[in-house]
Amino acid sequence: MNRILPFSLLCFVLLLSSFVLRPQSEGYQVGDKAADFKLKNIDGKMVSLADNKAAKGYIVVFTCNTCPYAKAYEARIIALNQKYASQGYPVVAINPNDPGVAPGDSYAAMQTKKYAFPYLQDESQKIAKAYGATRTPQLYVLQRQGNDFVVSYIGAIDDNSEDATLVKTKYVENAMTEIMAGKPATNNSTKAIGCTIKWKKQA
Amino acid sequence: MFSLKYLLLGIGLLAAVPGFGQQVAVIKFVELQKRLARQTDTTYVVNFWATWCGPCVKELPNFEQVGSANADKKVKVLLVSLDYASQLDKKVKPFVKARGLKSEVVLLDETDPNSWLGQVDAKWTGSIPFTLIINNKTKQRATFEQELSKAALTAALRRFL
Repeated sequence: MNRILPFSLLCFVLLLSSFVLRPQSEGYQVGDKAADFKLKNIDGKMVSLADNKAAKGYIVVFTCNTCPYAKAYEARIIALNQKYASQGYPVVAINPNDPGVAPGDSYAAMQTKKYAFPYLQDESQKIAKAYGATRTPQLYVLQRQGNDFVVSYIGAIDDNSEDATLVKTKYVENAMTEIMAGKPATNNSTKAIGCTIKWKKQA
Repeated sequence: MFSLKYLLLGIGLLAAVPGFGQQVAVIKFVELQKRLARQTDTTYVVNFWATWCGPCVKELPNFEQVGSANADKKVKVLLVSLDYASQLDKKVKPFVKARGLKSEVVLLDETDPNSWLGQVDAKWTGSIPFTLIINNKTKQRATFEQELSKAALTAALRRFL
């Protein structure tokens, strides 16, 4: 007993530390289930993924008012919703920026946007953290599996932020074509430049 | 004639101000990659930034100060602007001039970040500022996808010297 106790204690500590020491900010990978959320839309109503029973999935995009890259992609995000909402994959835009750091991204400032899709404020920044979002704009395609939503694509919209007319590869549209055909996206994760999410200052 | 003399004098004075007239070279990723792969004992501090990026602009003086504080050591600060190449004359050059940046500034002219970001660092998700400290001789390497305070940057660099 005397010998087993320290050993089992050690095992217990190791087991515990494997939970505690796990990096928390890794966020979702393709294939992970995305947790639902309840965030306030610019019309004051709360929005969750579960609300839209007809949705086959969503194009969740972390974006904001102020980032030049978000602005450059705004029209293309609107176009994504126009193209895919009718096919069951509406856009849900989430602004994760702390208005204390970026006043132009306040809930009041968000009201200037009149999108055909929800534009939600992630006030606690918990959803951006859960997703592992680091920048705006950053996009996640979710696909419904029963009552769950599985991350099927993470990354960029296309390969030219400055000029939509010079785009050669539409990364998310290529992924959508495959996802909607019931296949995994060949290129399911792409990288893009964006503005760092304006995290709340550590208290 | 009189005004020409003053004009020349003015140009001479401005040229004496450090950083004035720094040529901002426009480079492709392959060129950057070549520079970063050079077998040298110089430690490179490579900061990816843009004039439109608030946190980047805020931390730039830290890189300038760390560069000048280590001028006697084999340390090279390279500021890689991710502004669009179309903004070189309109934004980047005036910015470099106004701030009197002494560190070398290059503009990376690539339209598709997905084609090169991962080659700088597999973990880099694409937000800026992003900083890479590298020494090919000692094979040391550190990356930071975040804003760096002067203290944090100094501490990170100290491990290379």
